Amino acid sequence: MDVQGWTYLFVGLTFSLYVGIAVWSRVRSTEGFYVAGRGVPALANGMATGADWMSAASFISMAGLVSFMGYTGTIYLMGWTGGYVLLALLLAPYLRKYGKFTTSEFLGDRYHSQLARFVGALCTIFISFTYIAGQMRGVGVVFSRFLEVDVNTGVLWGMGIVLVYATLGGMRGITYTQVAQYCVLIVAYLIPAAAISWKITGNPIPQLGFGGTVSEGANAGRFLLETLDALHRDLGLPEYTGAWVPGKKSMVDVFAITGALMVGTAGLPHVLVRFYTVPSARAARWSALWALIFISLLYTTAPAISAFARVNLIEDLNGVAYEDVPEWFTSWETTGLIGFEDKDGDGRIRYSGDPETNELRVDRDIMVLANPEIARLPAWIVALVAAGGLAAALSTAAGLLLVISSAISHDIGKSWLWPTMSEAKELRLARSTAGVAVIIAGLFGIYPPGFVAQVVAFAFGLAASSFFPALVLGIFTTSTTKWGAIAGMLSGIGFTGTYIIWFKYIDPTAGPEAWWWGISPEGIGSVGMLLNFAVALTVSRFTEPPPESVRALVEEIRLPRRAR
Amino acid sequence: MAADPKGYWRANLRLMAVLLVVWFFVSYGLGILLVEPLNQFMLGGFPLGFWFAQQGSIYAFVVLIAIYAFAMDRLDRRYGVAENPQDGPGSPRSEP
Repeated sequence: MDVQGWTYLFVGLTFSLYVGIAVWSRVRSTEGFYVAGRGVPALANGMATGADWMSAASFISMAGLVSFMGYTGTIYLMGWTGGYVLLALLLAPYLRKYGKFTTSEFLGDRYHSQLARFVGALCTIFISFTYIAGQMRGVGVVFSRFLEVDVNTGVLWGMGIVLVYATLGGMRGITYTQVAQYCVLIVAYLIPAAAISWKITGNPIPQLGFGGTVSEGANAGRFLLETLDALHRDLGLPEYTGAWVPGKKSMVDVFAITGALMVGTAGLPHVLVRFYTVPSARAARWSALWALIFISLLYTTAPAISAFARVNLIEDLNGVAYEDVPEWFTSWETTGLIGFEDKDGDGRIRYSGDPETNELRVDRDIMVLANPEIARLPAWIVALVAAGGLAAALSTAAGLLLVISSAISHDIGKSWLWPTMSEAKELRLARSTAGVAVIIAGLFGIYPPGFVAQVVAFAFGLAASSFFPALVLGIFTTSTTKWGAIAGMLSGIGFTGTYIIWFKYIDPTAGPEAWWWGISPEGIGSVGMLLNFAVALTVSRFTEPPPESVRALVEEIRLPRRAR
Repeated sequence: MAADPKGYWRANLRLMAVLLVVWFFVSYGLGILLVEPLNQFMLGGFPLGFWFAQQGSIYAFVVLIAIYAFAMDRLDRRYGVAENPQDGPGSPRSEP
C-alpha cells in the first residue's frame, strides 16, 4: 500500500475512534459540558492536558523551528514546558479547590467584580481564537499534502469531526477524545524519531542519539552536534549549538521570550480549565505532574529530531544537482513549501548563510512532516505522522472551542445577560456557541488571516500580562483589591498590546536597536507581567481593602479540604 | 476545620520558594545566563550549557513537580487537611 492508502486508513480509523468516544461520552448537564463532571482521574487528565496543550505548532512546527534556530530554539523548549512548574505550584490546586467552571469566574468572585470577569472572558475569547486559527491551518496542510485533497476540503472534514464531538460530549467528550489523541500523536512522533535516531547514530533513543556519534558516512565516529556545527561553519551559518553569536537572538531577548512563554503557558485559559475537571486539589497537583511527563516525552524528543533533520537536509541537498534531488523534494515542491532558485545557473543547489547566494528555501513547517520521507522510512510511518499531526491539531482546537463556548455562554450569557436562564437553556446555548465557534474557526482555516503567525505572540503576551498576575495575587494575597487587579490587568494588556501592535504592524521593520531594552514583541509579555504586578500592588495600597467574604474565600481555597 | 491552617500555609510557601529557586536556577541560570561558560564542558556529545537548555531543564521541571506533589501529600496529612478518601482520584464526583 502507498502513503496515500495508509493515510486514508489511519485517518479513517482515528476519526471513527474520536466519534465513537463522543457518542459514548455525551453529556446532559452544564457541569458535564464545562468540566466533565469533575470526575476525570489525574492520569487521564494528564494525557488530555498533554494533547490539549501540544498543538499543531508543537507537533508540526516546533522541531522545524528549532532546527533552523539551533540553541535559540530553547525559547520554545523551555518556554512551553517550564510554565507547568508555575501552573502546578501556583495555580492548579487552588483553582481546582475553588471549583466552579471558568477562570474568569474566579477573577469575578475573588475581586467581587463583574468587570474583572468580563475582561477575563474577553481575553479568553481573543486568546483562544488566535490560537485556533493556527490549528485549522495545520489540519489543512496535513490534508493537502498527504491526501492530496484541497486544503479547504481538509478544513471542512476537520470542522465536521470537532463539531460532532465538542457539541455532543462537551468537556467529557473532549477529555476522552484527547486521551486517545495523545496516544496517537505521541506514537506518531516517537516511532519516526526512534527510526531516524537509529539510522543516523545507531541509538534508537533520540534523547541519547542526539548526544551520540554519527554511525556512517564521511563523519562516522564524530559527535552529531560537532558534525552539525562543522556543517554550519562550512555553509557560513552561525554554529548550531552556539548561544550568543551574531545572527542569533541576544541573551536578554532569549531570557524575556522564555519568560513570556512560560508565564503565558500558566495563564492560558484552555490549559487552566483542564484542572477543573479532576476530583480534588490533590488530583490537580498529580495531574500537573502527569501532564508534564507526557509533554516532556515529545519536548525532549523534538530537539533531537531538529538536529537529525538538519543534518539530513544539508547532506541530502547541499551541492546536489537539481535533476538528482531526492523524491521527497519533488513531492513537497508542489506544495510550495520548499523551493530552489538557481541563482548562479550551475543547476546545483547551494545552501548558504548568505541570502545573496543561498538558493534553497525551506518552510520550517515541513521538517517534521517530511522528516520520515527524508530519512526514507516506510510508507506506513509517513502516514502515521499525518494522523498524529491531525490528532495534535484537532485536540487543541476542541479544547479551545470549549473555553470559548463557556466564556460566552457562562461568563457573559448566564452571569450577565440572562441570569435567570435555566440549566437546560444554558446547555443549549453552550452547544450552539461551540457550533458557531467551530464555523468561525473553520473560516480562519479557509481564509487564513495574514497576521496569524504574528498573533501567537499576542496570545502568550496577553495571557502572561493579564491572567497570570491577577490569579497569583488573588490566591497568594488577601490584600489585592478589586481596583488593584483591574488596573493591573488593564495596564499589563495595554502596555503589551501597544508594544506588539507597534512593532508588528505599525513599524515592523524596526529591529533590535529600536526595541526597548532589546526585547522583541514576542518577549514583551514578561515586562507586561511585571508591570501588572507592580500596578496591582501599588493601587491596592490606596484603595478600599477587600471585604471579609473575599478573605474567607482565599483562606478556603488554600486548604485542600473543604473547611466548614 | 484544619488544626493549624497558618502553619500549613507557611510550610507550603517555604516548599514553593525552594522549588521555584531551583526552577529559576536550572532554566534561566544554567540554560541561558551561564550557557556559554558551561558550553566549555562536554556531556557525552553535548556542550553542557546546550544540554541544560534543550534537555536537562525539562527533566528538572518534571522532577520539581514530582517533589512538590509528594511533599504536599505529606504536608496535607501532617496538618490534617488531606481530603477524604472518597475525594481521591478515581471517584466519580467529589463536589456536592
